Amino acid sequence: MSVSASLSVSVGGSNLRVPAGTTVATAVAMAGSPAMRTSVSGERRGALCGMGICFECRVTINGQPHQRSCQTVCAEGMEIETT
Amino acid sequence: MNTSVRHIEADVVIVGAGPAGLAAARAATQSRSVLLLDDNPAAGGQIWRGASERALQSLTRRRETGPLASPRIQRMFGVRIFAGDAARRALRAETATGALQIRYRDLVLATGARELFLPVPGWTLPNVMGAGGLQAMVKGGLPIAGKRIVVAGSGPLLLAVADVLRSKGAKVVAIAEQAPARAVNAFAWSLLQHPAKLLQAAALRTMQWGIPYWTDAWPVACIGNQQLERVMVMRKGRRVELECDYLACGFGLVPNTELAQQMGCAMQGDFVKVNDAQLTSQPHVYCAGEVTGIGGVQKSLDEGGVAGSVLGAAPVTALAALQRSRARWRRFEASLNHAFALRPELSTLADDETIVCRCEDVTWGRIRAHSHWLEAKLHTRCGMGPCQGRICGAALGVMRGKTGWQVESIREPVFPVRAETLAALGARREENS
Amino acid sequence: MTQTAEAIVLGAGIVGTACALELARSGLRVTIVDDGVVGGGATAAGMGHVTVMDDSEPQFALTRYSQQLWHTIRNDAATPLPGEAEWLPCGTIWVAADDDEMAEVHRKHAFYSARAVSTITLDSQQLAQAEPNLRGGLAGGLLVLEDVVIYPPVVAAWMLKQCEMLSAAFVRQRATAFCESGDHAEVTLADGSILSADCVIHATGTWTPLLLPSIPVHPRKGHLLITERYAGFLRHQLVELGYLKSAASAGGDSVAFNAQPRATGQILIGSSRQYGATDSAVEPQMLARMLRRAEEFMPEIGKLQGVRAWTGFRASTPDKLPLIGLAPGYRNVYLATGHEGLGITTATGTAKLIADHILGRTSAIPAAPYQPSRYTPANDNARDGGTA
Repeated sequence: MSVSASLSVSVGGSNLRVPAGTTVATAVAMAGSPAMRTSVSGERRGALCGMGICFECRVTINGQPHQRSCQTVCAEGMEIETT
Repeated sequence: MNTSVRHIEADVVIVGAGPAGLAAARAATQSRSVLLLDDNPAAGGQIWRGASERALQSLTRRRETGPLASPRIQRMFGVRIFAGDAARRALRAETATGALQIRYRDLVLATGARELFLPVPGWTLPNVMGAGGLQAMVKGGLPIAGKRIVVAGSGPLLLAVADVLRSKGAKVVAIAEQAPARAVNAFAWSLLQHPAKLLQAAALRTMQWGIPYWTDAWPVACIGNQQLERVMVMRKGRRVELECDYLACGFGLVPNTELAQQMGCAMQGDFVKVNDAQLTSQPHVYCAGEVTGIGGVQKSLDEGGVAGSVLGAAPVTALAALQRSRARWRRFEASLNHAFALRPELSTLADDETIVCRCEDVTWGRIRAHSHWLEAKLHTRCGMGPCQGRICGAALGVMRGKTGWQVESIREPVFPVRAETLAALGARREENS
Repeated sequence: MTQTAEAIVLGAGIVGTACALELARSGLRVTIVDDGVVGGGATAAGMGHVTVMDDSEPQFALTRYSQQLWHTIRNDAATPLPGEAEWLPCGTIWVAADDDEMAEVHRKHAFYSARAVSTITLDSQQLAQAEPNLRGGLAGGLLVLEDVVIYPPVVAAWMLKQCEMLSAAFVRQRATAFCESGDHAEVTLADGSILSADCVIHATGTWTPLLLPSIPVHPRKGHLLITERYAGFLRHQLVELGYLKSAASAGGDSVAFNAQPRATGQILIGSSRQYGATDSAVEPQMLARMLRRAEEFMPEIGKLQGVRAWTGFRASTPDKLPLIGLAPGYRNVYLATGHEGLGITTATGTAKLIADHILGRTSAIPAAPYQPSRYTPANDNARDGGTA
């Protein structure tokens, strides 16, 4: 993967520069916490399958909840919120 | 209401850009134009992501049947196909911004496999991940240099993943393989009779780097506060606690047959039934790769090659050669599945408090009170979340046995999809009919 | 063959389990027979509302009585409903799109007020405040305060469990035949064994004609979509007043906007009605029509992720009223079926009426409008011609 370009996203309000091509799941992990969401019984959860099947890595992207972070590539200015 | 619907008329549509789909695309493009679709943001497949890139490179050298970057292959990624209609030869899909209606002349479903996860106490902690899943995240840019990782579960994928993780600077603490040494050794011997170069190479490299490879070993608990800190491994009857940052765990593969099933393709056991040409019971619908039987990269490449060659009207001799190779890899598949058969102890790893359905947080104690899947689903919400039972359904097939614990019916949408997409695509059809 | 029970209930849906529980609580020895999942038929397929309705006086009487019984069940501290029953006292807002429908709001308000049902008339602005995700420009609505949403399969299972605690038996088998002989009735099971009791109650919904072919119960297919969790997106059950036209239409396919908040934070989106459809497959066209109707009222609903779509079959009767009482031509065989889209609501009232008849008690509401005898061949003019 080329690291020639990088772009800026925000995770939980903090700005972060990531290489182009980085998935949102990876950006969240790079921001410091492996947890993506709070489960229905209140557990903190992170990515499990890494390939779009398990829906554990759901985050809110640009105001849209329940987006699979592992299947979404970061775009410039993207606002990512864990839940 | 303002969803834009894009209508696409395609010749050969291939769903899944892993080894089988890419091989099918390469072969079909001899005489057909191809539309290659994948839910993922990039090609290469998921499970065998590391291995498949090398395999495809070697494939390009070995059996040149057309350049992958052919102008006759159109690719679209981030396409979530949630329904197909074999009678109308149409697929319905969603992208990040709109809805797609795709008409095909011929369809190849190469939707691959997901990993089998078995619930153990603590497995819902962050940083407990699938082996292929962690590998995919690392490929997606997750930095793991210096991280301590336990790789556990079953099958040759563990070796391939450990190899990739180590190459990215991780410290692989151990590989815990549940199969007994005898079975693994027999399989290793069989590798010599099959040209399984990729696996041999991965196995050799892990040995070379001194990564402990334990047989008769499996995780029994994950421990940590906010995230994983330690894994308890049962090794030859004794419990061993390993400190680590990640657990990369998978107990084999589960085929992604949902789309094929929703389209009415007949099944044979857990897999889609195909004939010698990879054709399913539905006309113009072919299946290739792990969906027809778990057998690894080479089998997928050959099956995709067969489907693509049939569609691309390849010379009979070329097709026959692929079919012979496919037969060899299907025998390999049988020995693989025999060697890494799951031991009965693995069906009792969960305790009553262990969450089995991670979408709805339903514990084993609640589920085991029920006699079959539909009852458990309706009375506990097990399998009612967005993964639609893909994770817990497969686990319960091991924990409760397959009879009565298969997901009861596959309805559209086979993936969660925006309501506006369903509204827009169905509306169009109605106006046309 | 042995005298196994005083009452045999066929069908473990919400109606069957409610009847069984009422009879068991009245001291009868009850056997419930079903080979499927408890609450796995129309009980699971429907929306789970406990709603008063006023298409007709008998419909109002039964729904109102039943709703009060539901609140009694809810308030009984001795046998609390489990949390998984997802009791959600969200109320219903009947949404008026225009002035014509607003006139209907005022009519309903007057009707309900005269019958001590708590309702509040909402003008356009109040409606927008109550449900911010509704589109602007709607005329108003009627909030019915005591309407509730529940998760019916769990409630059916809970009712069955209550029955079993009162020594009722649950037989997981299919009933293949029944007959009446003398002062008792018999049921033959799939394994050939025979159960005998003083009476048999058919509570098998759309399956009723399998054992009683002359009973005018017809399947009316419906579609539903449930979304991911979006807490706060929707606060009340919403039903468009045009729903009345859809539900009342005798033939043809129709859709109407009906959305429910679930206790989980999910949104359940309906509704569609089809006669003559026997295939349970999700039909993309019907689903699309239904969802477009929902988008017309709530444009943002389209952005929500739908996680599952399914269909079900309502047990409908030609005159839209259920069949509750003695089966025509029998003395010990009862019907508790044909509830169409109101089986959850009216299960409790149905159970009371059945038990009242069996035990010779006086009923709280007149039972005559629901008597199956209105469909005896001699009384054929009761049919309103809706058997499409």
